[in-house]
Amino acid sequence: MPSFIKALKSQVGRKYVTGITGVFLMLFLIGHLGGNLTIFAGVHTFNNYTHHLENLGPLLYVIELVLAFLFIYHAVLGISIARNRKKARPESYNVYKTKGGPSHQTLASRSMAITGVIILVFLVIHIWQFKFGFGEELARYTHEGVDLPQLRARVIEAFTNPVSAFGYAFVLAMIILHLSHGFWSAFTSLGMKHGETSKKVQAAAYVFAIVLMLGFMFIPLYIFFTGGDGSLISY
Amino acid sequence: MSKDFTVHLKYWRQNGPDAKGFFEERTLNTVNEHMSFLEMLDVLNEELQLEGKEPVEFDYDCREGICGCCNLVINGQAHGPKGGTPTCQVHMYNYKDGDTIVIEPPRAAAFPVIKDLVVDRSAFDRIIEAGGYVSVKTGSAEEANTHPVEKHKSDTAFDYATCIGCGACVAACPNASASLFTGAKIAHLGLMPQGEVERSKRVVAMVDQMEAEGFGDCSNFGECEAVCPQEISISAIAEMRKDYVKAVFS
Ligand code: HEM
Repeated sequence: MPSFIKALKSQVGRKYVTGITGVFLMLFLIGHLGGNLTIFAGVHTFNNYTHHLENLGPLLYVIELVLAFLFIYHAVLGISIARNRKKARPESYNVYKTKGGPSHQTLASRSMAITGVIILVFLVIHIWQFKFGFGEELARYTHEGVDLPQLRARVIEAFTNPVSAFGYAFVLAMIILHLSHGFWSAFTSLGMKHGETSKKVQAAAYVFAIVLMLGFMFIPLYIFFTGGDGSLISY
Repeated sequence: MSKDFTVHLKYWRQNGPDAKGFFEERTLNTVNEHMSFLEMLDVLNEELQLEGKEPVEFDYDCREGICGCCNLVINGQAHGPKGGTPTCQVHMYNYKDGDTIVIEPPRAAAFPVIKDLVVDRSAFDRIIEAGGYVSVKTGSAEEANTHPVEKHKSDTAFDYATCIGCGACVAACPNASASLFTGAKIAHLGLMPQGEVERSKRVVAMVDQMEAEGFGDCSNFGECEAVCPQEISISAIAEMRKDYVKAVFS
Protein backbone atom coordinates (compact mmCIF):
# COMPACT_ATOMS: atom_id res chain seq x y z
CA MET A 1 0.00 0.00 0.00
CA PRO A 2 1.17 3.55 -0.61
CA SER A 3 3.00 5.34 2.17
CA PHE A 4 1.06 8.13 3.84
CA ILE A 5 3.26 10.76 2.20
CA LYS A 6 2.77 9.26 -1.25
CA ALA A 7 -0.98 9.11 -0.64
CA LEU A 8 -1.01 12.80 0.31
CA LYS A 9 0.63 13.63 -2.98
CA SER A 10 -1.75 11.54 -5.10
CA GLN A 11 -4.66 13.21 -6.90
CA VAL A 12 -7.11 11.68 -4.46
CA GLY A 13 -5.03 12.67 -1.43
CA ARG A 14 -4.59 16.22 -2.65
CA LYS A 15 -8.32 16.61 -3.06
CA TYR A 16 -8.99 15.27 0.44
CA VAL A 17 -6.51 17.72 1.90
CA THR A 18 -8.01 20.68 -0.01
CA GLY A 19 -11.34 19.64 1.49
CA ILE A 20 -10.11 19.10 5.05
CA THR A 21 -8.09 22.33 5.16
CA GLY A 22 -11.09 24.11 3.60
CA VAL A 23 -13.38 22.81 6.36
CA PHE A 24 -10.99 23.97 9.09
CA LEU A 25 -10.66 27.38 7.44
CA MET A 26 -14.45 27.68 7.39
CA LEU A 27 -14.58 26.74 11.10
CA PHE A 28 -11.94 29.38 11.73
CA LEU A 29 -14.10 31.96 9.93
CA ILE A 30 -17.07 31.16 12.18
CA GLY A 31 -14.91 31.72 15.27
CA HIS A 32 -13.38 34.85 13.77
CA LEU A 33 -16.82 36.34 13.10
CA GLY A 34 -17.91 35.60 16.68
CA GLY A 35 -14.89 37.48 18.01
CA ASN A 36 -15.32 40.38 15.60
CA LEU A 37 -18.94 40.98 16.51
CA THR A 38 -17.96 41.74 20.12
CA ILE A 39 -17.00 45.13 18.70
CA PHE A 40 -20.68 46.01 19.10
CA ALA A 41 -20.80 44.78 22.72
CA GLY A 42 -19.64 47.87 24.54
CA VAL A 43 -16.45 49.89 24.57
CA HIS A 44 -14.17 47.40 26.33
CA THR A 45 -15.47 43.96 25.33
CA PHE A 46 -13.59 43.73 22.04
CA ASN A 47 -10.38 45.02 23.61
CA ASN A 48 -10.81 42.57 26.47
CA TYR A 49 -11.23 39.75 23.96
CA THR A 50 -8.01 40.84 22.24
CA HIS A 51 -6.34 40.97 25.63
CA HIS A 52 -7.42 37.38 26.37
CA LEU A 53 -5.95 36.26 23.07
CA GLU A 54 -2.66 38.00 23.93
CA ASN A 55 -2.71 36.25 27.29
CA LEU A 56 -2.74 32.83 25.68
CA GLY A 57 1.03 33.37 25.28
CA PRO A 58 2.77 30.46 23.56
CA LEU A 59 -0.60 28.81 22.83
CA LEU A 60 -1.44 31.80 20.63
CA TYR A 61 1.70 31.14 18.58
CA VAL A 62 0.66 27.51 18.19
CA ILE A 63 -2.79 28.60 16.97
CA GLU A 64 -1.23 31.11 14.58
CA LEU A 65 1.13 28.49 13.23
CA VAL A 66 -1.68 25.99 12.67
CA LEU A 67 -3.72 28.65 10.86
CA ALA A 68 -0.76 29.67 8.71
CA PHE A 69 -0.16 26.01 7.89
CA LEU A 70 -3.83 25.50 6.90
CA PHE A 71 -3.88 28.60 4.71
CA ILE A 72 -0.58 27.86 3.00
CA TYR A 73 -1.23 24.14 2.44
CA HIS A 74 -4.73 24.90 1.11
CA ALA A 75 -3.47 27.67 -1.16
CA VAL A 76 -0.51 25.66 -2.50
CA LEU A 77 -2.78 22.71 -3.36
CA GLY A 78 -5.50 24.90 -4.84
CA ILE A 79 -3.07 26.79 -7.04
CA SER A 80 -1.27 23.64 -8.16
CA ILE A 81 -4.59 21.97 -9.07
CA ALA A 82 -5.46 25.02 -11.17
CA ARG A 83 -2.03 25.11 -12.79
CA ASN A 84 -2.20 21.42 -13.73
CA ARG A 85 -5.09 22.33 -16.00
CA LYS A 86 -2.76 23.79 -18.59
CA LYS A 87 -0.58 20.68 -18.54
CA ALA A 88 -3.51 18.28 -18.84
CA ARG A 89 -5.06 20.30 -21.69
CA PRO A 90 -2.32 22.20 -23.55
CA GLU A 91 -4.62 23.12 -26.44
CA SER A 92 -7.88 24.61 -25.22
CA TYR A 93 -11.25 24.47 -26.95
CA ASN A 94 -12.29 27.17 -29.36
CA VAL A 95 -15.84 26.87 -28.13
CA TYR A 96 -16.65 25.54 -24.68
CA LYS A 97 -20.01 25.35 -22.94
CA THR A 98 -21.32 23.58 -19.85
CA LYS A 99 -24.19 21.16 -20.32
CA GLY A 100 -25.89 22.30 -17.12
CA GLY A 101 -28.09 19.67 -15.44
CA PRO A 102 -26.13 17.96 -12.66
CA SER A 103 -23.03 20.04 -13.45
CA HIS A 104 -21.65 22.31 -10.74
CA GLN A 105 -19.72 24.36 -13.24
CA THR A 106 -20.56 27.92 -12.25
CA LEU A 107 -18.89 31.30 -12.03
CA ALA A 108 -17.97 30.34 -8.45
CA SER A 109 -16.41 26.96 -9.25
CA ARG A 110 -14.55 28.29 -12.28
CA SER A 111 -13.03 31.16 -10.35
CA MET A 112 -11.87 29.31 -7.19
CA ALA A 113 -8.20 30.01 -7.92
CA ILE A 114 -8.84 33.70 -8.62
CA THR A 115 -10.99 34.24 -5.54
CA GLY A 116 -8.44 32.20 -3.56
CA VAL A 117 -5.52 34.39 -4.62
CA ILE A 118 -7.56 37.51 -3.79
CA ILE A 119 -8.15 36.06 -0.30
CA LEU A 120 -4.44 35.35 0.08
CA VAL A 121 -3.35 38.86 -0.92
CA PHE A 122 -6.05 40.31 1.30
CA LEU A 123 -4.86 38.18 4.22
CA VAL A 124 -1.38 39.70 4.09
CA ILE A 125 -2.77 43.24 3.98
CA HIS A 126 -5.34 42.42 6.69
CA ILE A 127 -2.72 41.15 9.14
CA TRP A 128 -0.36 44.00 8.32
CA GLN A 129 -3.19 46.49 8.91
CA PHE A 130 -4.72 45.23 12.14
CA LYS A 131 -2.01 43.18 13.83
CA PHE A 132 0.87 45.46 12.92
CA GLY A 133 -1.02 48.72 12.33
CA PHE A 134 1.00 49.35 9.14
CA GLY A 135 4.03 49.56 11.44
CA GLU A 136 2.45 51.80 14.06
CA GLU A 137 2.56 50.74 17.72
CA LEU A 138 -0.85 49.87 19.15
CA ALA A 139 -2.03 52.35 21.83
CA ARG A 140 -2.83 50.84 25.25
CA TYR A 141 -4.93 52.00 28.17
CA THR A 142 -5.93 50.84 31.63
CA HIS A 143 -9.48 49.83 32.39
CA GLU A 144 -10.50 48.48 35.83
CA GLY A 145 -6.83 47.92 36.56
CA VAL A 146 -6.23 45.84 33.40
CA ASP A 147 -3.83 46.93 30.70
CA LEU A 148 -5.81 46.72 27.43
CA PRO A 149 -4.83 47.16 23.78
CA GLN A 150 -6.81 49.88 21.97
CA LEU A 151 -7.60 47.68 18.97
CA ARG A 152 -11.24 48.73 18.77
CA ALA A 153 -10.28 52.34 18.08
CA ARG A 154 -7.88 51.15 15.38
CA VAL A 155 -10.64 49.17 13.67
CA ILE A 156 -13.15 52.01 13.84
CA GLU A 157 -10.63 54.48 12.52
CA ALA A 158 -9.68 52.15 9.67
CA PHE A 159 -13.26 51.68 8.51
CA THR A 160 -14.15 55.35 8.43
CA ASN A 161 -11.83 55.31 5.42
CA PRO A 162 -13.83 54.39 2.27
CA VAL A 163 -10.91 52.50 0.69
CA SER A 164 -10.72 50.16 3.69
CA ALA A 165 -14.48 49.81 4.14
CA PHE A 166 -15.29 49.06 0.49
CA GLY A 167 -12.08 47.11 -0.05
CA TYR A 168 -13.14 44.75 2.75
CA ALA A 169 -16.69 44.52 1.41
CA PHE A 170 -15.29 43.55 -1.98
CA VAL A 171 -13.03 40.83 -0.59
CA LEU A 172 -15.87 39.48 1.53
CA ALA A 173 -18.00 39.22 -1.61
CA MET A 174 -15.17 37.20 -3.18
CA ILE A 175 -15.24 34.89 -0.16
CA ILE A 176 -18.99 34.40 -0.70
CA LEU A 177 -18.15 33.24 -4.22
CA HIS A 178 -15.35 30.95 -2.95
CA LEU A 179 -17.54 29.34 -0.31
CA SER A 180 -20.70 29.07 -2.39
CA HIS A 181 -18.87 26.33 -4.31
CA GLY A 182 -16.23 25.44 -1.69
CA PHE A 183 -18.67 24.38 1.03
CA TRP A 184 -20.38 21.81 -1.23
CA SER A 185 -17.12 20.82 -2.86
CA ALA A 186 -15.45 20.05 0.47
CA PHE A 187 -18.23 17.62 1.39
CA THR A 188 -17.92 16.03 -2.04
CA SER A 189 -14.15 15.71 -1.68
CA LEU A 190 -14.67 13.98 1.63
CA GLY A 191 -16.93 11.32 0.16
CA MET A 192 -20.45 12.77 -0.14
CA LYS A 193 -22.51 11.06 -2.84
CA HIS A 194 -24.24 13.09 -5.53
CA GLY A 195 -27.92 12.81 -4.70
CA GLU A 196 -30.63 14.39 -2.60
CA THR A 197 -28.31 15.18 0.34
CA SER A 198 -25.90 16.79 -2.04
CA LYS A 199 -28.63 19.18 -3.26
CA LYS A 200 -29.38 20.20 0.33
CA VAL A 201 -25.69 20.73 1.02
CA GLN A 202 -25.46 23.03 -2.02
CA ALA A 203 -28.43 25.04 -0.72
CA ALA A 204 -26.78 25.17 2.71
CA ALA A 205 -23.60 26.39 1.03
CA TYR A 206 -25.35 29.48 -0.33
CA VAL A 207 -26.97 30.23 3.03
CA PHE A 208 -23.71 29.65 4.92
CA ALA A 209 -21.60 31.80 2.60
CA ILE A 210 -24.05 34.67 2.44
CA VAL A 211 -25.02 34.78 6.13
CA LEU A 212 -21.42 34.46 7.32
CA MET A 213 -20.11 37.11 4.98
CA LEU A 214 -22.95 39.55 5.59
CA GLY A 215 -22.00 39.22 9.25
CA PHE A 216 -18.42 40.15 8.47
CA MET A 217 -19.46 42.86 6.02
CA PHE A 218 -21.74 44.55 8.49
CA ILE A 219 -18.76 45.77 10.53
CA PRO A 220 -16.88 47.89 7.95
CA LEU A 221 -20.03 49.11 6.22
CA TYR A 222 -21.81 50.06 9.44
CA ILE A 223 -18.79 51.93 10.70
CA PHE A 224 -18.31 53.70 7.40
CA PHE A 225 -21.92 54.76 6.92
CA THR A 226 -22.27 56.01 10.49
CA GLY A 227 -18.95 57.83 10.36
CA GLY A 228 -17.68 55.73 13.26
CA ASP A 229 -20.25 56.86 15.82
CA GLY A 230 -23.46 54.98 15.07
CA SER A 231 -25.56 54.00 18.06
CA LEU A 232 -24.31 50.39 17.96
CA ILE A 233 -20.71 51.48 18.22
CA SER A 234 -20.65 54.59 20.46
CA TYR A 235 -21.80 54.26 23.98
CA MET B 1 -40.44 13.95 -46.68
CA SER B 2 -38.83 16.64 -44.65
CA LYS B 3 -37.01 19.41 -46.41
CA ASP B 4 -33.24 19.57 -46.62
CA PHE B 5 -31.54 22.43 -44.84
CA THR B 6 -28.19 24.14 -44.61
CA VAL B 7 -25.57 24.11 -41.85
CA HIS B 8 -22.18 25.79 -41.68
CA LEU B 9 -19.52 23.43 -40.39
CA LYS B 10 -16.26 24.39 -38.75
CA TYR B 11 -14.23 21.26 -38.06
CA TRP B 12 -10.77 20.51 -36.74
CA ARG B 13 -8.07 19.26 -39.10
CA GLN B 14 -4.78 17.90 -37.79
CA ASN B 15 -2.36 15.59 -39.53
CA GLY B 16 -0.87 13.91 -36.49
CA PRO B 17 -0.14 14.25 -32.79
CA ASP B 18 2.61 16.81 -33.29
CA ALA B 19 1.23 18.58 -36.35
CA LYS B 20 -0.37 21.97 -35.96
CA GLY B 21 -4.13 21.77 -36.19
CA PHE B 22 -6.51 24.26 -37.76
CA PHE B 23 -10.19 24.75 -38.51
CA GLU B 24 -11.62 24.10 -41.95
CA GLU B 25 -15.01 25.49 -42.89
CA ARG B 26 -17.64 24.20 -45.23
CA THR B 27 -21.34 24.72 -45.84
CA LEU B 28 -23.55 21.66 -46.31
CA ASN B 29 -26.79 22.29 -48.17
CA THR B 30 -28.32 18.82 -48.10
CA VAL B 31 -28.78 18.12 -44.40
CA ASN B 32 -31.95 16.27 -43.42
CA GLU B 33 -33.47 16.31 -39.95
CA HIS B 34 -33.59 12.49 -39.87
CA MET B 35 -29.85 12.15 -40.33
CA SER B 36 -27.76 11.31 -37.32
CA PHE B 37 -24.84 13.61 -36.63
CA LEU B 38 -22.46 10.99 -38.02
CA GLU B 39 -24.53 10.59 -41.18
CA MET B 40 -24.25 14.33 -41.65
CA LEU B 41 -20.46 13.89 -41.44
CA ASP B 42 -20.72 11.06 -44.00
CA VAL B 43 -22.37 13.53 -46.37
CA LEU B 44 -19.57 16.00 -45.72
CA ASN B 45 -16.96 13.34 -46.52
CA GLU B 46 -18.78 12.27 -49.67
CA GLU B 47 -18.71 15.84 -50.93
CA LEU B 48 -15.02 16.17 -50.05
CA GLN B 49 -14.12 12.93 -51.80
CA LEU B 50 -16.09 13.82 -54.93
CA GLU B 51 -13.92 16.92 -55.12
CA GLY B 52 -10.81 14.78 -54.72
CA LYS B 53 -10.13 16.08 -51.21
CA GLU B 54 -9.21 14.09 -48.13
CA PRO B 55 -12.16 13.13 -45.95
CA VAL B 56 -12.30 14.24 -42.33
CA GLU B 57 -11.33 11.42 -39.98
CA PHE B 58 -13.77 10.77 -37.17
CA ASP B 59 -14.13 7.79 -34.87
CA TYR B 60 -17.16 5.49 -34.86
CA ASP B 61 -18.07 1.87 -34.70
CA CYS B 62 -21.56 0.69 -33.75
CA ARG B 63 -23.55 3.87 -34.43
CA GLU B 64 -26.15 2.66 -31.97
CA GLY B 65 -24.94 4.17 -28.72
CA ILE B 66 -23.12 1.13 -27.35
CA CYS B 67 -19.45 1.30 -28.24
CA GLY B 68 -18.34 4.74 -27.06
CA CYS B 69 -16.15 5.48 -30.08
CA CYS B 70 -17.87 8.61 -31.35
CA ASN B 71 -16.75 11.16 -28.81
CA LEU B 72 -16.85 14.55 -30.54
CA VAL B 73 -16.99 17.95 -28.91
CA ILE B 74 -19.80 19.77 -30.68
CA ASN B 75 -20.25 23.50 -30.12
CA GLY B 76 -18.22 23.17 -26.94
CA GLN B 77 -20.15 20.24 -25.49
CA ALA B 78 -18.96 16.63 -25.41
CA HIS B 79 -21.41 14.50 -27.46
CA GLY B 80 -23.34 17.60 -28.49
CA PRO B 81 -26.31 19.39 -26.99
CA LYS B 82 -28.26 16.54 -25.40
CA GLY B 83 -27.69 14.94 -22.01
CA GLY B 84 -27.35 11.17 -21.70
CA THR B 85 -26.72 10.76 -25.43
CA PRO B 86 -23.62 9.81 -27.42
CA THR B 87 -22.77 11.69 -30.63
CA CYS B 88 -24.16 8.94 -32.89
CA GLN B 89 -27.60 9.32 -31.29
CA VAL B 90 -27.72 13.07 -31.80
CA HIS B 91 -29.98 13.73 -34.76
CA MET B 92 -29.97 16.72 -37.04
CA TYR B 93 -33.44 17.81 -35.91
CA ASN B 94 -31.55 19.35 -32.99
CA TYR B 95 -30.26 21.95 -35.44
CA LYS B 96 -31.98 24.42 -37.67
CA ASP B 97 -31.36 25.97 -41.02
CA GLY B 98 -28.35 28.29 -41.04
CA ASP B 99 -26.78 26.99 -37.79
CA THR B 100 -23.02 27.03 -37.41
CA ILE B 101 -21.65 23.83 -35.87
CA VAL B 102 -18.12 23.76 -34.47
CA ILE B 103 -16.64 20.26 -34.16
CA GLU B 104 -13.48 19.62 -32.14
CA PRO B 105 -11.76 16.46 -30.94
CA PRO B 106 -11.73 15.72 -27.19
CA ARG B 107 -8.78 17.77 -26.03
CA ALA B 108 -6.40 16.37 -23.42
CA ALA B 109 -2.67 15.78 -23.21
CA ALA B 110 -3.49 12.15 -22.40
CA PHE B 111 -5.59 11.84 -25.58
CA PRO B 112 -3.17 12.78 -28.40
CA VAL B 113 -4.78 13.47 -31.76
CA ILE B 114 -4.18 10.69 -34.27
CA LYS B 115 -5.79 12.56 -37.14
CA ASP B 116 -8.43 15.29 -37.38
CA LEU B 117 -11.17 14.36 -34.90
CA VAL B 118 -9.74 10.97 -33.91
CA VAL B 119 -7.79 10.75 -30.68
CA ASP B 120 -5.80 7.96 -29.08
CA ARG B 121 -7.66 6.84 -25.96
CA SER B 122 -5.35 3.96 -25.06
CA ALA B 123 -4.59 5.79 -21.79
CA PHE B 124 -7.95 4.39 -20.66
CA ASP B 125 -6.86 0.86 -21.57
CA ARG B 126 -3.73 1.25 -19.48
CA ILE B 127 -5.79 2.45 -16.49
CA ILE B 128 -7.91 -0.70 -16.83
CA GLU B 129 -4.82 -2.88 -17.22
CA ALA B 130 -3.43 -1.45 -13.99
CA GLY B 131 -6.23 -2.95 -11.91
CA GLY B 132 -9.55 -3.29 -13.66
CA TYR B 133 -9.84 -7.04 -13.31
CA VAL B 134 -11.01 -9.61 -10.77
CA SER B 135 -9.58 -12.93 -9.63
CA VAL B 136 -11.78 -15.89 -10.47
CA LYS B 137 -11.50 -19.57 -9.76
CA THR B 138 -10.83 -21.49 -12.92
CA GLY B 139 -12.18 -24.98 -13.41
CA SER B 140 -15.79 -25.95 -13.46
CA ALA B 141 -18.36 -23.17 -13.43
CA GLU B 142 -19.61 -22.05 -10.04
CA GLU B 143 -23.13 -22.63 -8.88
CA ALA B 144 -25.26 -19.61 -9.72
CA ASN B 145 -26.20 -17.38 -6.76
CA THR B 146 -23.23 -18.59 -4.70
CA HIS B 147 -22.48 -15.04 -3.63
CA PRO B 148 -25.49 -13.21 -2.24
CA VAL B 149 -25.39 -9.54 -3.25
CA GLU B 150 -27.68 -6.85 -1.90
CA LYS B 151 -30.01 -5.62 -4.61
CA HIS B 152 -29.11 -1.93 -4.31
CA LYS B 153 -25.41 -2.79 -4.45
CA SER B 154 -25.69 -4.85 -7.59
CA ASP B 155 -27.87 -2.14 -9.16
CA THR B 156 -25.35 0.57 -8.30
CA ALA B 157 -22.46 -1.56 -9.51
CA PHE B 158 -24.36 -2.14 -12.73
CA ASP B 159 -24.93 1.60 -13.19
CA TYR B 160 -21.18 2.15 -12.96
CA ALA B 161 -20.51 -0.83 -15.23
CA THR B 162 -22.45 0.85 -18.03
CA CYS B 163 -19.45 3.12 -18.69
CA ILE B 164 -18.55 2.73 -22.36
CA GLY B 165 -15.16 4.43 -22.02
CA CYS B 166 -15.93 7.15 -24.54
CA GLY B 167 -13.88 9.76 -22.69
CA ALA B 168 -16.54 12.48 -22.73
CA CYS B 169 -15.85 12.98 -19.01
CA VAL B 170 -12.25 13.90 -19.82
CA ALA B 171 -13.26 15.98 -22.83
CA ALA B 172 -15.72 18.09 -20.83
CA CYS B 173 -13.78 18.41 -17.57
CA PRO B 174 -12.16 21.86 -17.30
CA ASN B 175 -9.17 20.04 -15.74
CA ALA B 176 -9.16 17.12 -18.22
CA SER B 177 -9.50 14.76 -15.29
CA ALA B 178 -10.28 11.07 -15.80
CA SER B 179 -11.76 10.67 -12.31
CA LEU B 180 -15.26 9.71 -13.45
CA PHE B 181 -14.01 6.99 -15.80
CA THR B 182 -11.55 5.62 -13.26
CA GLY B 183 -14.04 5.97 -10.41
CA ALA B 184 -16.74 4.11 -12.35
CA LYS B 185 -14.38 1.22 -13.15
CA ILE B 186 -13.17 1.02 -9.55
CA ALA B 187 -16.67 1.26 -8.09
CA HIS B 188 -18.30 -1.29 -10.36
CA LEU B 189 -15.77 -3.94 -9.39
CA GLY B 190 -15.30 -2.84 -5.78
CA LEU B 191 -18.98 -2.94 -4.89
CA MET B 192 -19.30 -6.63 -5.82
CA PRO B 193 -17.95 -9.54 -3.76
CA GLN B 194 -16.03 -10.78 -6.81
CA GLY B 195 -14.02 -7.58 -6.81
CA GLU B 196 -13.22 -7.63 -3.11
CA VAL B 197 -9.94 -9.55 -3.41
CA GLU B 198 -8.03 -6.83 -5.24
CA ARG B 199 -10.06 -3.90 -3.93
CA SER B 200 -7.22 -2.06 -2.17
CA LYS B 201 -4.56 -2.87 -4.70
CA ARG B 202 -6.88 -1.93 -7.54
CA VAL B 203 -7.76 1.58 -6.39
CA VAL B 204 -4.15 2.52 -5.72
CA ALA B 205 -2.86 1.11 -9.02
CA MET B 206 -5.60 2.70 -11.10
CA VAL B 207 -5.32 6.11 -9.42
CA ASP B 208 -1.54 6.01 -9.93
CA GLN B 209 -1.96 5.09 -13.59
CA MET B 210 -4.56 7.82 -14.15
CA GLU B 211 -2.08 10.37 -12.86
CA ALA B 212 0.85 8.89 -14.80
CA GLU B 213 -1.13 9.23 -18.03
CA GLY B 214 -1.25 12.99 -17.52
CA PHE B 215 -4.93 13.51 -16.69
CA GLY B 216 -5.67 16.53 -14.49
CA ASP B 217 -6.99 16.69 -10.91
CA CYS B 218 -10.67 16.51 -10.06
CA SER B 219 -12.09 19.85 -8.87
CA ASN B 220 -15.66 18.60 -8.34
CA PHE B 221 -17.01 20.58 -11.29
CA GLY B 222 -19.41 17.69 -11.97
CA GLU B 223 -19.38 18.49 -15.69
CA CYS B 224 -18.43 14.85 -16.40
CA GLU B 225 -21.77 13.64 -15.05
CA ALA B 226 -23.63 16.17 -17.20
CA VAL B 227 -22.02 14.95 -20.44
CA CYS B 228 -21.81 11.22 -19.70
CA PRO B 229 -23.93 9.40 -22.31
CA GLN B 230 -24.62 6.76 -19.65
CA GLU B 231 -25.42 9.41 -17.02
CA ILE B 232 -22.95 7.95 -14.55
CA SER B 233 -23.02 9.86 -11.27
CA ILE B 234 -19.96 11.51 -9.74
CA SER B 235 -20.82 9.36 -6.71
CA ALA B 236 -18.43 6.94 -8.46
CA ILE B 237 -15.65 9.41 -7.66
CA ALA B 238 -16.74 9.40 -4.01
CA GLU B 239 -16.49 5.57 -4.04
CA MET B 240 -12.98 5.83 -5.49
CA ARG B 241 -11.94 8.31 -2.80
CA LYS B 242 -13.36 6.15 -0.01
CA ASP B 243 -11.64 3.02 -1.33
CA TYR B 244 -8.38 4.95 -1.62
CA VAL B 245 -8.46 6.09 2.01
CA LYS B 246 -9.31 2.55 3.14
CA ALA B 247 -6.37 1.24 1.13
CA VAL B 248 -3.98 3.74 2.69
CA PHE B 249 -5.03 2.91 6.23
CA SER B 250 -5.30 -0.86 5.80
C1 HEM C 1 -10.73 31.93 4.39
C2 HEM C 1 -10.08 31.20 3.69
C3 HEM C 1 -10.52 30.06 2.82
C4 HEM C 1 -11.56 29.20 2.98
C5 HEM C 1 -12.57 29.16 4.12
C6 HEM C 1 -11.53 28.30 1.86
C7 HEM C 1 -12.41 27.26 1.66
C8 HEM C 1 -12.36 26.38 0.63
C9 HEM C 1 -13.15 25.21 0.52
C10 HEM C 1 -14.14 24.72 1.56
C11 HEM C 1 -12.83 24.61 -0.66
C12 HEM C 1 -13.40 23.32 -1.22
C13 HEM C 1 -12.39 22.24 -1.03
C14 HEM C 1 -12.61 21.07 -1.91
O1 HEM C 1 -12.96 21.25 -3.08
O2 HEM C 1 -12.43 19.96 -1.44
C15 HEM C 1 -11.86 25.41 -1.31
C16 HEM C 1 -11.30 25.13 -2.55
C17 HEM C 1 -10.32 25.90 -3.13
N1 HEM C 1 -9.62 26.92 -2.53
FE1 HEM C 1 -10.07 27.77 -0.77
N2 HEM C 1 -10.50 28.62 1.02
C18 HEM C 1 -9.84 29.69 1.59
C19 HEM C 1 -8.72 30.32 1.11
C20 HEM C 1 -8.11 30.00 -0.08
C21 HEM C 1 -6.88 30.57 -0.55
C22 HEM C 1 -6.05 31.59 0.21
C23 HEM C 1 -6.63 30.02 -1.75
C24 HEM C 1 -5.48 30.23 -2.67
C25 HEM C 1 -4.92 30.94 -3.27
C26 HEM C 1 -7.70 29.11 -2.06
C27 HEM C 1 -7.80 28.39 -3.23
C28 HEM C 1 -8.72 27.39 -3.44
C29 HEM C 1 -8.86 26.67 -4.68
C30 HEM C 1 -8.07 26.89 -5.95
C31 HEM C 1 -9.87 25.73 -4.47
C32 HEM C 1 -10.39 24.72 -5.48
C33 HEM C 1 -9.63 23.47 -5.42
C34 HEM C 1 -9.97 22.56 -6.55
O3 HEM C 1 -10.17 23.04 -7.66
O4 HEM C 1 -10.04 21.36 -6.36
N3 HEM C 1 -8.57 29.11 -1.01
N4 HEM C 1 -11.57 26.50 -0.50
